[in-house]
Amino acid sequence: MGIISALGTSVGENYSALLAGKTGLSNPEILKTIHSNLPVGEVKFSNPELAGKLNLPKGHTFTRATLFGAIAAKEAISQALLTKEDLKETGFISGTSVGGMDGTEQYYLEYEEKIEHRRFIQAQHPGFTTSLIASHLNLEGYVTTISTACSSSANAIMLGARLIKAGKLKRVVVGGTDCLTKFTLNGFNSLMILSEEFCKAFDDSRNGLNLGEGAAYLVLEADDVLKDKPVLGRISGYGNANDAFHQTASSETGQGAFLAIKKAMEIAGFSSENIDYINAHGTATKNNDLSESAAILRIFGEQVPDFSSTKAFTGHSLAASGALEAVFSLLALQNDQIFPNLNFKCPMRETGLNPVQELKKKKLQHILSNSFGFGGNCTSLIFSKNE
Amino acid sequence: MNNNRLYINGISSISAQPENAGFEGKLSTYHQNIIPAISPDYKQFIQHMALRRMSKSIKMGLTAAKIALKEAGINKPDAIITGTGEGCKQDTEKFLEAILNQDEKLLTPTAFIQSTHNTIGGQLAQTIECTGYNVTYTQNSASFESALMDAQLLFLEDKEINSVLVGGVDELSKKMTSFMYLDHQLKEQEISNLDLLKTKSSGTITSEGAHFFCISAEKSEKTYAELIDVSVFQAKTSEDISEKILKVLQINNSSIEDIDLVILGNNGDNRFDHFYYHLQNGLFSEKTQLAYKHLTGEYKTVSGYSVWLACKILKTGSIPEIFKLNAVTCQNPKTILVYNQYLGDNHSIMILNSN
Amino acid sequence: MSDLRTELKKNIIEQLNLEELELADIDNDVPLFGDGLGLDSIDVLELIVMLEKDYGIKLTDPEKGKEIFASIDKMAEYIEANRTK
Repeated sequence: MGIISALGTSVGENYSALLAGKTGLSNPEILKTIHSNLPVGEVKFSNPELAGKLNLPKGHTFTRATLFGAIAAKEAISQALLTKEDLKETGFISGTSVGGMDGTEQYYLEYEEKIEHRRFIQAQHPGFTTSLIASHLNLEGYVTTISTACSSSANAIMLGARLIKAGKLKRVVVGGTDCLTKFTLNGFNSLMILSEEFCKAFDDSRNGLNLGEGAAYLVLEADDVLKDKPVLGRISGYGNANDAFHQTASSETGQGAFLAIKKAMEIAGFSSENIDYINAHGTATKNNDLSESAAILRIFGEQVPDFSSTKAFTGHSLAASGALEAVFSLLALQNDQIFPNLNFKCPMRETGLNPVQELKKKKLQHILSNSFGFGGNCTSLIFSKNE
Repeated sequence: MNNNRLYINGISSISAQPENAGFEGKLSTYHQNIIPAISPDYKQFIQHMALRRMSKSIKMGLTAAKIALKEAGINKPDAIITGTGEGCKQDTEKFLEAILNQDEKLLTPTAFIQSTHNTIGGQLAQTIECTGYNVTYTQNSASFESALMDAQLLFLEDKEINSVLVGGVDELSKKMTSFMYLDHQLKEQEISNLDLLKTKSSGTITSEGAHFFCISAEKSEKTYAELIDVSVFQAKTSEDISEKILKVLQINNSSIEDIDLVILGNNGDNRFDHFYYHLQNGLFSEKTQLAYKHLTGEYKTVSGYSVWLACKILKTGSIPEIFKLNAVTCQNPKTILVYNQYLGDNHSIMILNSN
Repeated sequence: MSDLRTELKKNIIEQLNLEELELADIDNDVPLFGDGLGLDSIDVLELIVMLEKDYGIKLTDPEKGKEIFASIDKMAEYIEANRTK
């Protein structure tokens, strides 16, 4: 696996921050915006610095999300010890919502007068980001992009798992990438769901989310090509359903979420007792946390497992969030640790549910990870220890 | 219980051509490089309080989807899978321009909400009240094919799946589409669309459209075609592509001899049409060869039109002259292979059989 | 009909893409949300921006929006009491 987020530019750095309970939220500095009062999970490296890490030549066409994606996928491929031969048949499935929008918003007004940045015209679209990362890393198998808002990378992971299970692919790199842009920051701001404080998921007085950015990828391999490589975890369940309620709000009963979780449990062949921890979507908006809690209560009843949202560490990285949280879930499984739901003080009056508030040591076998997006797109994944 | 055979029972096409162009009625001709699609009466399909917010892509997508579902006699499919290469550009442009012109102040949310690539899929789910599997693919000119591949996978892994709605949509937008002139995706001079494949210059013409298909596990008297396989791949050379085509045929217990007719994505761009010429002079030299982008323009999900065309040909047995690239004839084609690429990338193959 | 009420109707029709409607189609006391005109939560957010842009009133809680925008009359009353432009 590989990751870059506000917590750091590698799995190790992210893990250290999670252990220390140290948030990556701050005020935007690299993103030039008038909304500098809004906390965000910003990766504190500029695009030229990120391009430097990848040794890119001058005149490259890597937008910020592409840079993140290449760095994270590189780490994953390196850890998985994939050879040049392996890469020839390795697929790449990436989720993104903004694509190359950071380039577009920078150069949009210049394209007509100036020639020099016109190579970014095509870079706006999500598929460009994905194809560029794939070619940079010599991934020559099936390449595709999923854009289902905040559930994009979770869907990418799910598709990779399904393709391997069906025998269509032996090996695939899956995950997602998104970066902070004026487009998304102002977009969410116009919806009045951003908080001016560090977000407090599942808290009764929560008042909105903080945006974030980053990328994360997993290398999935079929059993018969594993050889003796160490396995970080398994994907034992996945479910995708649509809330079919409203474009940007979730239904009160959390129907989409409920169906997605239910389907994931069915695929895994699990009942509610099997889940040791839920890494919640937990964006800290009034709507999501209520809706998600309703779905969780419908599935787990009185026996809600330990749960937390890690978005107060990284911000909500939109399409990348499912993948970031997949990495966090795998770290939790490897270390038998549950990362805390920061900034929580008081349970929601409707549910009385208390998330895990301090780093908790616990034997973990199976973790449920939720990602719910605009357009009612709900996806849940179940990660299990490899035993 | 599905037996993993995929039947296309409902089809729809909204494009720069009138319905059934080539098969009946007149063709539309243009002398411009950016061609808007011909809109049906959206009010017949979408209620007005919803219609007021919708950009063209959403109107086209919802309408085409409803037409396909109605034809197949399906109220609620088990899944909705959409592909779009450039998403909801009109609303993206609107919101972006507001940000840039108003210095991030006093921005209204509607354009932002409508701009996400999965808006069409999401609105479809809401309108039809379908809570099933729902994903949007945005892999440039393989977006529609990726959506079809996912549908194939769904039928394979879940025997309870009975019907899946699959479609591709892309729209024009004022500014962003005009940028295609600046990076040489479009012909420098305006041309007549019917001359597209005769031009010996770089660039192509562009347009917009929506194509939806209702894929069912069951054959019916509505069935147009059986979807045999879809493949998306990377290729460096023309030989790679020929090899891949043969491989895909082999996996499906088939060979080049079984192919009656091919539909190719020639778009008049002399930098990349050589991928098609190589096949036309090689592997497909004895097959009836068709092209369509001189009628529909080129855009990321236009290959949806090629599937619509294949379905019409397989069902009616007729092959309109306007699509023909060569003089090889065939009567009542049984197997059609579709090949497409754009700017030398996102190569795809689709194979359909008559039912 | 007061000027403010007419102005509000014109603004609403324009801002919310209700071009099918005439000014006369919107009664001053008809509920704008739910069964009346059928506006929804996205429209609330649009109207909040309109409130700031045209009347200088900054609303930070979208929940209050539905009450204030309940009808043309209610909107006009609120604006008359709070406008800074």
